Amino acid sequence: MAEMTLIEAVTLALAHELARDPRVLVLGEDVGVNGGVFRATAGLQQRFGPERVLDTPLDETMIAGITVGLAAQGMIPIAEAQFEGFIYPMIDHIVCHAARMRHRTRGRLTCPMVLRAPWGGGIRAPEHHSDANEAYFAHTPGIRTVIPSSPTRAYGLLLAAIRDPDPVIFFEPKRIYRAFKEDVIDDGEALPLDVCFVLREGADLTIVSWGAAIKETLEAAEVLSARGIEAEVIDLATISPIDFDSILESVEKTGRLLIVHEAPRNVGVGAEIAATVAERAIYSLKAPIIRVTGYDIVVPLFKLEMNHLPSVAKILDGAAQLMA
Amino acid sequence: MPASSTLVCTSLLRRSSATRHSGLKMSNSHQFSIEYRQYLRPDGTLSDASPELATRLDELTRLYQLMSLTRTFDAKAIALQRTGKLGTYASCLGHEAAHIGMGSAMRPEDCFAPMYREYGAQFARGVKMSEVLLYWGGDERGNDFSVPRHDFAWCVPIATQCLHAAGAALAFKLRKEPRVAVCVVGDGGTSKADFNSAVNAAGAWQLPMVLVIVNNQWAISVPRKAQTGAETLAQKGIAGGIRSLQVDGNDIIAMRAAMDEALARARADRGPTLIEAITYRLSDHTTADDARRYRDQAEVDDAWTREPLKRLRVFLEARGVWDQAREDLWKITCAKKVDDAVAEYLAQPKPELGDMFDYLYAEMPVELKRQREHALRFPELNHGH
Repeated sequence: MAEMTLIEAVTLALAHELARDPRVLVLGEDVGVNGGVFRATAGLQQRFGPERVLDTPLDETMIAGITVGLAAQGMIPIAEAQFEGFIYPMIDHIVCHAARMRHRTRGRLTCPMVLRAPWGGGIRAPEHHSDANEAYFAHTPGIRTVIPSSPTRAYGLLLAAIRDPDPVIFFEPKRIYRAFKEDVIDDGEALPLDVCFVLREGADLTIVSWGAAIKETLEAAEVLSARGIEAEVIDLATISPIDFDSILESVEKTGRLLIVHEAPRNVGVGAEIAATVAERAIYSLKAPIIRVTGYDIVVPLFKLEMNHLPSVAKILDGAAQLMA
Repeated sequence: MPASSTLVCTSLLRRSSATRHSGLKMSNSHQFSIEYRQYLRPDGTLSDASPELATRLDELTRLYQLMSLTRTFDAKAIALQRTGKLGTYASCLGHEAAHIGMGSAMRPEDCFAPMYREYGAQFARGVKMSEVLLYWGGDERGNDFSVPRHDFAWCVPIATQCLHAAGAALAFKLRKEPRVAVCVVGDGGTSKADFNSAVNAAGAWQLPMVLVIVNNQWAISVPRKAQTGAETLAQKGIAGGIRSLQVDGNDIIAMRAAMDEALARARADRGPTLIEAITYRLSDHTTADDARRYRDQAEVDDAWTREPLKRLRVFLEARGVWDQAREDLWKITCAKKVDDAVAEYLAQPKPELGDMFDYLYAEMPVELKRQREHALRFPELNHGH
């Protein structure tokens, strides 16, 4: 057991799987000699060699296409998009090929790959380095999209993603890469995909969130608790497919639902959760569902970036409307 | 690479079956050559075959001054980042001749599609230093630079700007305007589909454009040799049917002369040109990078012996149009200009909160107006940051 940050837990999980399974390989821009621009792959090429940890030319389309080819032919590639904002050229290969490989060949070919990317805003990064773009992937059938929100969940969920027989998009919230540490045991125990994590139990309202916004959500829950309101906080973690059963169970208990995410609101994953709760549990609701999200705008450069993201004050404001 | 050499690349392509089936005449071996131009050598001496530009000492002095100003600006920007007054910044150290050769050759009505470190080219075109600082200072208003209004904004996603330049060039061609689009891409960017698509489009339509590859040998941590198996990057233009050459990107005379020639050809509707400017990234990739992790200092030290400013200064001094006194005076002028730009940048108030909503659509959708009102209710910064 060792105390480590979320990004160190990512490195640990990658190393664990590289050591465990010779089919696993890591590829991407600057992942080898440099150890990744955030250091997520630090030391892996030295330990496993340049044939397991590959520096690629600067070409996202190629990385995605090569990864599909590797996965279909017996390898387990873990590709890195250097930032989520550079993932868009990869979408052709993800949507048209990775996501459909199993289905369109009736299982003859499969695509057991992981595409990792630092994700989200809040680190004063340059333009195109701060998107919260999980909804593009959540909308695509045939893939899983996962966003951990703590070191232990990053470790366990990344192991699960690598071992999953289907393609997984694994977004790492870069704002909390080094925000806090947890004890992580390198025991190779994967966490389940497709299951939410209840981070805090409460009877008065349910707050569903994911990624770095979990941090502000938990802080808001503490403030509410001091005011005598107990929030149940659920980390969605697997953005697609969604574990609706856990959310419905909680909402049936609390009767109130607040959804917090940093991605734009319009057709965001929060809309899917709200719609499904409305369909299946509307009679359990004591108040209309509230969403606190990023606005429907381009992520601002850093002078205004934090005004775009959900804040504790905005979450408390949403909770106040729910409890009114 | 030797000065003024011609690199002949021979590829033995087995074409026999293609010839048999298509009936086209093809040889079994396909040859092409890539010309390499260097006039101003690293020691400041001039090669014999130098162009007319080498005699225009006033112009070369002006270019030297702009290169020197750009370097002063660059050092100041890094200092601002280190003291928390600027965000992540991409240095242009060592690229001054390539960038200023490009920008100074263009006419105001031409269209520039930069990547993100061509400040010298932009200064030559009228972009203000304070605007560059505003952009890297986390403020979109830096993209709204004063001059030239039709130039593209900085382009971070890599090589996508090459196709935008091709689109601009197609517009100029369709409208029969004597204008040229110029895009710039790095050595790493030539691996991307967008660059290769732009080469293809430029060749297929014979577009009035100049594609400049600023080959600074490093794409963050990936060296030029690991980027492609091609012997030169310029030869990627050959496949698209484009006139392609290499120049010493640290030689302002070669760079500017190659640009003048390429722009004149394009303006006369005689087709596109691809220029591979060979230079060296003397800095880290950005202030967020530490090149010591992947690059030998000996290589950097060696590159410093070929950097672009010193050779031009030696050249100008040898012709009596520059000396230590002028250098000292110009350094003071540069410091003053940069300090003024920094003061202008720092005096800019933070953008209004509504600014992040106001430019998304020509007419703001109703729902966005509601979100704008919500944002204005929460002017405080995020907690927990």
